[in-house]
Formats: sequence, C-alpha cells, structure tokens
Amino acid sequence: MSKKSKKKFKRIDGRAADELRPLKIETGVVPNAAGSAYIEMGRNKIIVGVYGPREMHPKRLSMPNKGVLRARYHMSPFSVDPRRSPAPSRRDQEISMVLGYALEPALFLERYPRSVIDVYVEIIQADGGTRCASVNAASVALADAGIPLKDMVSSCAAGKIDGHLILDLGDYEDKKGEADVPVAYMPNLDQITLLQMDGILTPEETEEAILMALEGCKKIYQVQKEVLSKKYARPPELESTEEKTEEEGE
Amino acid sequence: MSAKFESRDIVLPGDLLYEGRARAGDNTYRREGKIYATRIGLVDYTGGRVSVIALRSSYTPIVGDVVIGTVVDVELGQWKVDIGAEKEAILTVNEAIDRPFRTNMNLVRILDVGDTIAAKIVDLDKRRTPILSIRGRDLGKLENGFIVTMTPSKIPRLIGKKGSMINMILKETGCHIIIGQNGRILVNGPNREMEDLVTTIIEKIEAEAHIPGLTNRIQAFLKSYKEKKE
Repeated sequence: MSKKSKKKFKRIDGRAADELRPLKIETGVVPNAAGSAYIEMGRNKIIVGVYGPREMHPKRLSMPNKGVLRARYHMSPFSVDPRRSPAPSRRDQEISMVLGYALEPALFLERYPRSVIDVYVEIIQADGGTRCASVNAASVALADAGIPLKDMVSSCAAGKIDGHLILDLGDYEDKKGEADVPVAYMPNLDQITLLQMDGILTPEETEEAILMALEGCKKIYQVQKEVLSKKYARPPELESTEEKTEEEGE
Repeated sequence: MSAKFESRDIVLPGDLLYEGRARAGDNTYRREGKIYATRIGLVDYTGGRVSVIALRSSYTPIVGDVVIGTVVDVELGQWKVDIGAEKEAILTVNEAIDRPFRTNMNLVRILDVGDTIAAKIVDLDKRRTPILSIRGRDLGKLENGFIVTMTPSKIPRLIGKKGSMINMILKETGCHIIIGQNGRILVNGPNREMEDLVTTIIEKIEAEAHIPGLTNRIQAFLKSYKEKKE
C-alpha cells in the first residue's frame, strides 16, 4: 500500500481508517431487570437486560456443577430495512450462541450450580457490527447487575474494504467489504474471548486486523469504565443540597 | 507489593487492585499473584486484606436473614418461594402453621401462588437451597403496604450502626417497615404521604450509600421536610 493511495482513501462516513463510530452507553434502563444497558454505537441502538442468577426453567437445561449463561439475541422487526420477520432466524441463533461464548470467560459460573444468568439482547436499530455492540452493552449490564466478573468484555470489529484495513465497520462496509473480523477482548486480563472472520485476508492482514480491533476494544473499554464509574461516583448535586439543608436548618 | 488505588476509590470489575502478598477479601479474586476486583464498589486495603465494598450485588442467602419473597408454586407439603436468590426457597408446612401436615389439607388456603411473605432463612440444604420459616414476630403473609427494592449490598446502610438509621426513620415517619436482606423492603404507613417520604429516603440512601456522613444527611433531610410541612 503506497502513501499516495492511503491519502486518497476515504470511508463512506468520512471516518479515518482506525476511527470508531460515536459511542454512547447508559445503564439502568430496564427497571425490572437486575441490570441493564442501552448502547448507541454509530446508528446501532441496542437494549440489554440481565436477569439472575436465578433458578433454571426448564430444569433439564441446568448443569449440576456450574451455572449456565443463556444469551438471547433478537432483532426487532423494524430494526432493518426491509422489515424482517420477528421469528428468531438462523442468524439470531448463531449470534445468541456467540454472545454467550464471548461473555462466559468473564463470569464465575462455577459459583451458581443449577442456576442460570439470562442476558436478553434486543436490537432496536441495526447498522452493522451489532454483535460487537451487544457484547459491549451486555458486559456493562452484567456489571450493573452486580454479578461478579473477572473482567469487563469489550468488542470491536476490524475489516477490509477496497484493499484498506478499517476499524469498526458500518453496515455498508460490512456488506460491500472484503472481510470482517469481530473481536471481543478482556483488556485487563489481555485475553481474546471472541474471534470470527468473514471474507478473505492474508495472514499478515489478519494479524494487523486483530491488532487494530484490539486497539478499538481498549478505547471502548475506557467508555464502558467511564459510564459505570460516573453512575456510582458522588452525585454532583450533593454539595449544593448539603448547603441548602444547612441554610434551611438555620 | 503495591496498592493500585487509594482506599475508598471506586473500582470496576477487572481492575487490578494489588500486586504482592495480601489476602483477597470480598468481591476480589487472585490471579497470578495479583488481586483483581469482581464487582463495582469501593476498594478497601485495611488489615492486610484487599476487598471491595460492593455498590451493586445479587443476593446470597445466609442463615438467619429475614427476606421478603413471593410464592411461586404450591407443592405437596411445601411452597416454592422466589426470594431473588439463585435458587427458589422452600417453605414447608411445618414451618408455616402450628398443626402437623395432613395430606387432605388445602395448602392454597394458607398461602397461594402470588402471595407475598416475610420469612426467615432457617437452613440451607446440601444443594444450598434456602429453607424458610414464617414462625415468628412480623413474619408471614403480607397483606398491607408496598414493596420498595434496593440492591442487597446496601441494606446495612439502611439499618445503620446498631439500627441507628432505621430507628430514626421509624421514629420520624411512624411507618411500619420490614427490611428483607434480599433487598426488598415492605413499607406500611399511617398515610400515603409518610409512605412516600420513606420511599424517597430509601432512594436517597441507595444513591448516596457510599458517601460518608449518610445518617447526618438523612437527619437533615427529615428535618427540612418537617419544617417545610409546618
């Protein structure tokens, strides 16, 4: 890749090759869930609710020696154009499984024999890279639920379009690009929990793409961290209310 | 041998807390000689032990806890009760009524599915299923009032040192309050206004539990509320 071609290259939404989409995360959005999160990653909009650990129903699916993480990924009918059927598709089933595998290494499942932790992921609006966004939101929701975690899980995809390696693919890049490599990563333990590849890359490009995705995960981890610590930090209005009550007391 | 945070800093799951020789306390785990946090909370380094005071937690049943739960199933001679723990708790007839159990008894007339009860955990069986009892003062079916929830790890803040916080709230509002260690609190007051006041206080405690001077702040809050009313 010459310098000249790198300069000319521009992504469809004007981002730099290694730039993430705007990211926004909120917690505590589902009042009845033990923990929940809402994520906007570019134009993806996803709600995640975490329930449990609780008793497994049906009982035969429970394990006598450890707990089960049950993830359910579902795309709303209106999340894509054209409207899709609300019935779980083959793709939904695969991503549900993949989400479970991506989050499981962060959990202490051996502490919950015969029980289940449910993670419900609902895609409100999809714009490429929903599985990565789902992992990011789910790990925030798990922390919000007070479920012990070995580490947070951050996730981000890298890929290739028109011969250029890019980070955090959008819908167009996902569909028209040459390759897509979603990666989920535990930043403190330095472990990869999810690695998939769709398309064709040379071994060198694969390595570069993974490293690129890891850098993206680290940036996302900072956002997750900020969201959670902000929620539980000293409320900003506290100082002022304290002064007020003193005044009122006098 | 080094602490990575100041005591009482907010830490998140996966944060490296300590490198070197120290005991891994609550909500932490050890890996390759390093101690990491497992929950959101405040880190504590006192007494050669590294622990995290959780700001969010799920409920782990302990024998002796008073809990509030909902009956989810009626079985032969026992009820299944959801107490928000990883397993449904069991309440046997012997622990519910004074008469011995007979097979022709109609259990539904004592407790039905959907009933809310206050119960005490008397035992954990070999699969760690909690065994409940509703014999005792303030225990049994709950008929009046409503339930407020808070994260179980903050219940000690609501009770306060030797019950200082809860006694103050009881005295000031005149409400009847049953605190379930599983994070469910029954509030039953003389009027709606006082019940709402208790709910506001519980929300305030949940939001500010980790900031020092909590009892004084709640006291000031109650005082200002009373003055406003007058």
